[in-house]
This record gives sequence, C-alpha cells and structure tokens, in this order.
Amino acid sequence: MGSHLELPDFFQFMTTAAIKVRDLKKRFGALQALDGVSLCIEQGEFFGLLGPNGAGKTTLISTIAGLTRGDSGSVLVMGHDVVGAYRESRRSLGVVPQELVFDPFFSVRETLRIQSGYFGLRNNDAWIDEVMGHLDLTGKADANMRALSGGMKRRVLVAQALVHRPPVIVLDEPTAGVDVELRQTLWKFIAQLNRAGHTIVLTTHYLEEAESLCGRIAMLQAGRVVALDTTAELLRRHAGAFLRVKIRGPLPAELAARKPVEAGGSFRFRLKDYDEVAMVLAPLRAAVLHIDEMEVMAPDLEDVFMQVMNQGKEPMQ
Amino acid sequence: MTRPSTVANEALPQSGFRTLLYKELLRFWKVSAQTVTAPVLTAMLYLLIFSHVLQDRVQVYPGVQYTAFLIPGLIMMSVLQNAFANTSSSLIQSKITGNLVFVLLPPISYFEFFSAYVIASVVRGLCVGLGVFAVTLLFGMPPLREPVWIVVFAVMGSAFLGSMGLLAGIQADKFDHIAAFQNFFILPATFLSGVFYSIHSLPPFWQTVSHFNPFFYMIDGFRRGFFGQSDVSPWLSLLIVATCLGAIAGLILWMLKTGYKLRH
Repeated sequence: MGSHLELPDFFQFMTTAAIKVRDLKKRFGALQALDGVSLCIEQGEFFGLLGPNGAGKTTLISTIAGLTRGDSGSVLVMGHDVVGAYRESRRSLGVVPQELVFDPFFSVRETLRIQSGYFGLRNNDAWIDEVMGHLDLTGKADANMRALSGGMKRRVLVAQALVHRPPVIVLDEPTAGVDVELRQTLWKFIAQLNRAGHTIVLTTHYLEEAESLCGRIAMLQAGRVVALDTTAELLRRHAGAFLRVKIRGPLPAELAARKPVEAGGSFRFRLKDYDEVAMVLAPLRAAVLHIDEMEVMAPDLEDVFMQVMNQGKEPMQ
Repeated sequence: MTRPSTVANEALPQSGFRTLLYKELLRFWKVSAQTVTAPVLTAMLYLLIFSHVLQDRVQVYPGVQYTAFLIPGLIMMSVLQNAFANTSSSLIQSKITGNLVFVLLPPISYFEFFSAYVIASVVRGLCVGLGVFAVTLLFGMPPLREPVWIVVFAVMGSAFLGSMGLLAGIQADKFDHIAAFQNFFILPATFLSGVFYSIHSLPPFWQTVSHFNPFFYMIDGFRRGFFGQSDVSPWLSLLIVATCLGAIAGLILWMLKTGYKLRH
C-alpha cells in the first residue's frame, strides 16, 4: 500500500478511474480474504460486486474505505491512494455499511449534521434537508435514532453516506432485510444520483437487483475476481436457455440422463441453445407423454452466477 | 439533484476535528445526570463520611484540618476517574455498537482523533471537578494559595487519564476489559495516591512504592495549589506527569496511525 511512483505503468495507473484496485491481498489469520484482486471502476458506472458469503466483498469495500488495510497491492479512489492520500480519497467516497449501526445519543438531524461536520462541512443543512426529503426522512428529522424502525435506520445510513456529496458511493447490501417500499425509494434515489454522474458500487445478494441496475459486474469467489464484464456480456457469454416441462407420467430414461432439476412436478432442462428444445421434446413425443405445461426461458443473472461459482474460475476476457 | 463535482474537487473544507470534539462533548452532556451529577454526589458522600470519622483524629499538614486536606484530593480523584471514564466508555460503546465506523470513514487524522477525544475527557473531568468543588464550599472556602498549580495539574491529570481511557478503549473488545482496567489499575492507583492521606504518614516501604505511582504526583501537585505545601516539589510532579502524558500520547498516536485494533 502507499505510493506507486516506482511502478512502470504509473501514468496509466494514475488516470482518474473512480476506483482502481491493483493486486490487493489481505489475510486474516489462516483466511486469505483477498487474493490478488484487481479491478477498475470508471467514473459514472453503476457497478455490481457479487459473490457468496465470505467471498471477500466486504473486505474489499472496507479496504477501499480505509477501514481495513491491505497486506499488499494498492487502492485508489478518484486517483487518491486510500493510505497515502486518505483525506482526499475519503472525501471522494460515501459508504453505506452492511450492519445496521447508529449512535443512540442523537436525533436523525443531529446524526447527519455531525457526519457532515466530520467531513469539515458545516452549514450544510440545505443539502441535508434535500437528502432527507429524497429518503422520506423529513418527518423523522427530530426523532432519536433509537426510536426508528430498522428500515428508517437504513435510510439514515444512506443519508450519512451522502452528506458530503461524494462522487463515489458504495452500498454494501443496502436492501438486506428491508421492505419493498424502501427498496423502491432507495433505488429511485440512487439511480438519480447515478444519472447525475455519481459512480455507484453495489454489493447485493438480490441478483435481480444487480441485473436490472448494474451496467458492469464483478464476481468474487474466495478472494479472487472470477468474472468481470458488462451485465449484458455476462448474460450473453453464459448463453443458453432453460426448458421447463410438466408432464403426465415418468420421465423417459433418455431425458433423465440429462439430469434436469425437478421442482413442483416440473422438470427444468438446461439447453446449449434453442435448437435443443426439439431434442427434449422428441423423447416425450416418442413416449406418448402428455405435456401439461411448457416454458422456454432465457438465463438470468442467477443462472450466470451459479455457473460461474460452480466453474470455480471464469476465464477473464 | 447534486452534481458529481463534489467537495473533493473544490476548495478543501475544514477539518472534522471540531465536530468530533463537539460530538464527544454533546455525548456526555446529554447524559449529564450520569456523567457529572452522579460523580459529584459520590464525592460528596466520601467527604461526609471521611470528614465525620477522621476530622478530629488526623492532621496531615500543620494548621490544616483533615476535611480541608481531603477536599482537593477528592476533587482530583473525581477529575481523573471521570476523564478516564469519558474516553474509555465512548470508544468501547462505539466499538461494540459498530458506530465507530462513522468516525473512521471521514478524513479525520489520527492526531485530530486523539485530540478530540482527550480534550472532551479533560472538559468532563473539569466539569466534575468544578461540581465537586462547588459542593464542598458548603464546608467552607478552601485556601487557594497557588491556583496556577490547580489548573495545571487538573488539565494535565485529566489529559493523562483521558489518554489512559483511550488506550483502554482501543485495547478492549468488550465492556469487561474496560471494567478490569478500571478496577485493577485505575482505582487502586487513585486510592493509593494520597487522596485520603499524606504519604509521609505511610511506612518507608509504601512511601517508596507511592513514588512510582504517577497519580500521586498529580494529586500532590494539585493539592499544592490549595495549601502551598506538598509532599514533593510541584516542579518534580509536573516533570513526571508531563513525561507520563507524553509517553502515553506517543503510544496512542502510534496505535492510531497504524490502525491498531481499529482499522484491521
């Protein structure tokens, strides 16, 4: 960590990507939490960081935020090293932590004023009021943090991350355990910020959220980036389709050999392409089985995710 | 709607130090019944009981009654214990509830972090000290022969104990660790420092032991401000307290700079 003056590709490295992580490693005892993570997130992107529990997502975010120090490698936020130029890098970054944490001594408004003051911004009430308005917090401005519901506390966490108008906003599972209303309010506001030019980095276990929001996605597994591409390209590269059929009678042995997933009386077959539909239907027709339901589906991000995780390591392109 | 051309790219804003100090002051002031009034009441009880029992039996300095002797010691003990409690409880609460992240995410330097926490602990120590002093006026106005020493040792002593609290808070992973530090180190060191007696009344061995206790110098120097007499020179006390404060401040600044137990 630290200065990179000695690196041969210094000039390339110093371009102002929103976040640039290079060969980042971090070990906690026997656990290699990050094992050489490198990625570059450009300004204005809506970027998804996905992976199973323990993949290293939160450690990566913590290192970007300066809450954790990497063993080796480097992290730049808006071109500022998170250790060597921590003041500039932290001013550029707003982080919504995963845990629902709050200071029980203060009201919502006090909490936001204090957080704003930590960034050296006093007399910031106009912006604080605007953020509270966007997050439907205005009615709770003078309520003590202890009196808020979990969803309201989550909104305050988001507001705290935004009080200093950071160009880069990192949300670590912001919708975990929150209701539909908050999700919609939050994503509307975050999408608005993204359209205004803010870079958004999101980790989530809700893959449909990532698929609909993120332009680019990195998948982490065991502390390594195992897939990194645009969402569209990931879906295309892991192309194929699924055929779901519900039949009357036993599945022919020829089809059973394809090991379909059985759920609710239906069989779900993975296909390389749509031409394979006929290869599934032919044995059913030969066995004179009646088809009650049939559906052909394109893969979603969850299918891609499962495929990448099961492969272990996706070849980088 | 905001534009992404943020403060990061504009004129550098002010430091977060002032707000962190304000937050730490507000934190204890919001629960002042617990953080200021309660220790004043405790000191009052000590004074009532000890002065009632020992007033006519003990005379530590010539011409100074025991109650008058006791008052500065009690004031200083309250100052020190509350300065320690302020930093240690604030930090451990923030660590356990997880809200320390709000202080670790902003661009606050390790020196600003240290200064804000310690200054807040000094203010709380002085508030409690003034409260105890005000209550003890019921027993009569004590002499204030060399008041500069009162201020110097109250400020330096509370800064030292505030730093000790910060050290304990950084080290601790749970409330039990703070309680152990307080019960097995701070409390014995305070009680064995001459709050209730002059060390000249102790056997030679314990007099020698007392000289290794930095709390003794804080209380002795503080008491000097009231009576113009002390067990050791106030300059020696000042040198020892300043050295201890410098050493612990250096250790804590190193811990904060390296992220020891705060930035994993």
